[in-house]
Amino acid sequence: MKEFTNGAEAIARAALDSGCTFFAGYPITPATPILLHMVEELPKVGGVAIQGEDEIASIGFCVGAAMTGARAMTATSGPGISLYSETIGLAIIGEVPLVIVDVQRLGPSTGGATTVAQGDTQFLRWGTGGGYPVIVLAPTNVPDCYNLTRRAFDLAERYRTPVFLATDKETVASSVTVPLNAYENFPVRERTLAPADNGTFTPYRYHPADSVPPMAHLGGPHMVRFTGSSHDERGYLSKNPRDVGALNAHLAAKIDAHADEIALVESDLQDGAETLVISYGLTARSAREAVRQVRATGTRVSMLTVYTLWPVPETAIRAALTGIRRVIVPELNLGQYRREIERVIGEQTEKITVTGVHRVDGELITPDEIIEALA
Amino acid sequence: MIETYINESTLPFPFCPGCGHTGILKALDTALVRLQIDPHDLVIVTDIGCQGLSDKFFDTNAFHGLHGRSVTYASGIKLANPDLHVITLIGDGGCGIGGHHLINAARRNIGVTVLVFNNLNFGMTGGEHSVTTPPDAITVTTRRGNLEQPLDICGTVAVNGAGFAARTTVFDKSLPDLIADAIRFDGFALVDIWELCTAYFAPTNQFKKQSIEDTLDQLGFPTGVIRERTDRPEYSRAYRAASADQVGQPTLAPHPIDPAYSSDLATRQSWVIAGAAGQRIGSAAVLLCQGAILSGLWATQHNDYPVTVKTGHSVADVILSPDPVLHLGISDPDVMVVLFPEGLAKERARIARLRPGATVYITADLLDQHPVETAARLVPLDLGATGQQKSYWALIALAAILRATGAYPVEAFRAAMEQSPYAEKNLAALDAADNRTIRVE
Ligand SMILES: Cc1ncc(C[n+]2csc(CCOP(=O)(O)OP(=O)(O)O)c2C)c(N)n1
Ligand code: SF4
Ligand SMILES: [Mg+2]
Repeated sequence: MKEFTNGAEAIARAALDSGCTFFAGYPITPATPILLHMVEELPKVGGVAIQGEDEIASIGFCVGAAMTGARAMTATSGPGISLYSETIGLAIIGEVPLVIVDVQRLGPSTGGATTVAQGDTQFLRWGTGGGYPVIVLAPTNVPDCYNLTRRAFDLAERYRTPVFLATDKETVASSVTVPLNAYENFPVRERTLAPADNGTFTPYRYHPADSVPPMAHLGGPHMVRFTGSSHDERGYLSKNPRDVGALNAHLAAKIDAHADEIALVESDLQDGAETLVISYGLTARSAREAVRQVRATGTRVSMLTVYTLWPVPETAIRAALTGIRRVIVPELNLGQYRREIERVIGEQTEKITVTGVHRVDGELITPDEIIEALA
Repeated sequence: MIETYINESTLPFPFCPGCGHTGILKALDTALVRLQIDPHDLVIVTDIGCQGLSDKFFDTNAFHGLHGRSVTYASGIKLANPDLHVITLIGDGGCGIGGHHLINAARRNIGVTVLVFNNLNFGMTGGEHSVTTPPDAITVTTRRGNLEQPLDICGTVAVNGAGFAARTTVFDKSLPDLIADAIRFDGFALVDIWELCTAYFAPTNQFKKQSIEDTLDQLGFPTGVIRERTDRPEYSRAYRAASADQVGQPTLAPHPIDPAYSSDLATRQSWVIAGAAGQRIGSAAVLLCQGAILSGLWATQHNDYPVTVKTGHSVADVILSPDPVLHLGISDPDVMVVLFPEGLAKERARIARLRPGATVYITADLLDQHPVETAARLVPLDLGATGQQKSYWALIALAAILRATGAYPVEAFRAAMEQSPYAEKNLAALDAADNRTIRVE
């Protein structure tokens, strides 16, 4: 059994299946179809979906709603992520579970509104002041849009943090054939709440540093303090270096120390291959086609598809590098993820060359272009 | 009976001596004591600035976010949980940078209470001018006197739909009553409270209690309740009322397609259907794809049209394949269907690049009027002779081409049409079209 559908619908369905009850967004090509689906669907489950007056308001609504217990999602494109920037930091420090969909279009600025790109790879990681880690997942196709949106909600709850879905215009807007068994199903993760009878609630108590404090909801049994300022465990503004240092170490550790647990890759490695293609997002599809064709000629080549762009799945990347002399990284930007691959490779002793295949003209990288790089 | 909402252990307030913020917080406490709201049901959302330090002193829920955005969190909280009382404390600075949110919260009439700590300048950052700084006033950023017109915050929300809007000063004995009325109000309620920043604005401008009253007079800004209307419903409840009949309706679900036909297609084929806006090119391409899936194939579709959707070209790129489609792009179409001048204009370059093995099916009239250069085989379609409206031409052409190429059975295409929203009209047009007049070799 198959269906004919697109990424926007898959993302909306995954949100609903993840228990999403709140959505706010501001129209922008190519993310608008997600807003329209959510406006249509959320009332059916008793949820709320609203068009904000701008992106800042939209993500602000989501943060407020999430703190009352809603599972919240928003969707935009690069220009909207720019406007989300400050609030992304608020969601990080306030430890707000939130799913942010970035349907990438060609930048900079207004750029190509209806043109495909993967230009936000680094921006999503470093898109707010302070430099603290976030989780970014990149679907390669429509079933991934569903499966990784489900996972984004799961990780947002697990780590109390904003989780991005880095998708693109082509994957969201094009209709494709999907076998229904490509959609994963797993139980929705319950939010970890502070027990109701537990006397006083300390909103930001974490021991050890990489653990995640249980939540309490505004309007629930506990009084809640939420703050975007450096704070002690009670949620009071603090300048005490001990409190502040501990808080910031915690915000980093709760993601970075769990990178292997968060990591999602697909390793399609061939024994004896000296070339490895590392790709992500929709470009991974061209890469898979290229690898298929090259293997058909009897050449050995390995392929690694990265689904968790951030934190960088370093262990999996290092494992895939065994015996490799040459790495090809195709992406629809000027080499943003290649930097990360080079950084990981830099730690290896053997000499490995890294080559990027790039396009920033709004066209897809073709399998032929990757095959050429493989030659 | 709650005697105070202030947590005594957190006192004293950190504000400068004589700062108006202290008076407003005391008035807020008096109002809350009068209302006796369960502190669990109360959220105090503070903005950034000296007034942003306030949430610490209250034994209620507290939310402290970003500069100017407090109204967005308050709105999100209220939208998600309409039973909560949400009170926003914001400065004149926050009302400047976040004025857009204030106006839109008022337009929605969302049930949030906003108390403006209006001390006519930025206290926290050192006395810079704000959107409410009076004309000619001296601040560190208006050294030769303020040249800007002060924003009438109260009047702005009042004319933009706020249910409740009032203005007063921190010296007003009835301030707690006004705050209590605002909190009690079921809808957007704002109290614009003029006060003194004793560190900056007041000393620099010799501003005293009387100066506030004089300035309000000079500006013609009235005090007291300037708007109270109950004709507009509170937004978070109105939203639920408006969508009540939706609750429990089935949500978005897959539309499974069960292959009932088969196709001999051996390799991937790329089809381009190029037409004009409003001629149902996209929906014909969807049916082409659904028919393919009904025949056991894998199909993808990508549409291209100008942002001004009702004009210009409409082009659908379709891939039909016996195997799953990895790469989505079409650089080298096998079949191009060109129906209207807009489609030809858009695709002329791609037609010129076609291989000899490709085929271009093109409306006969179009070919007569606009010669086409291509190495591909050109097949004219006499769609005019079918007597059918142009909006059916894409369907009629695709059925004819499926018959001619045998990419998959035309019956599967018809079966897809049978399940489509305009099944009857589409099939009637297809039946009525005299296919013999379409010259497809
Ligand atoms: C985005 C952003 N820009 C600038 C600032 C710096 N800032 C902190 S408080 C403030 C002004 C506060 O003035 P007001 O809202 O009137 O509050 P007051 O201190 O007078 O109570 C500014 C500009 C900031 N925190 N965030
Ligand atoms: S700087 Fe101004 S606003 Fe801030 S506490 Fe002092 S008097 Fe009050
Ligand atoms: Mg101020």
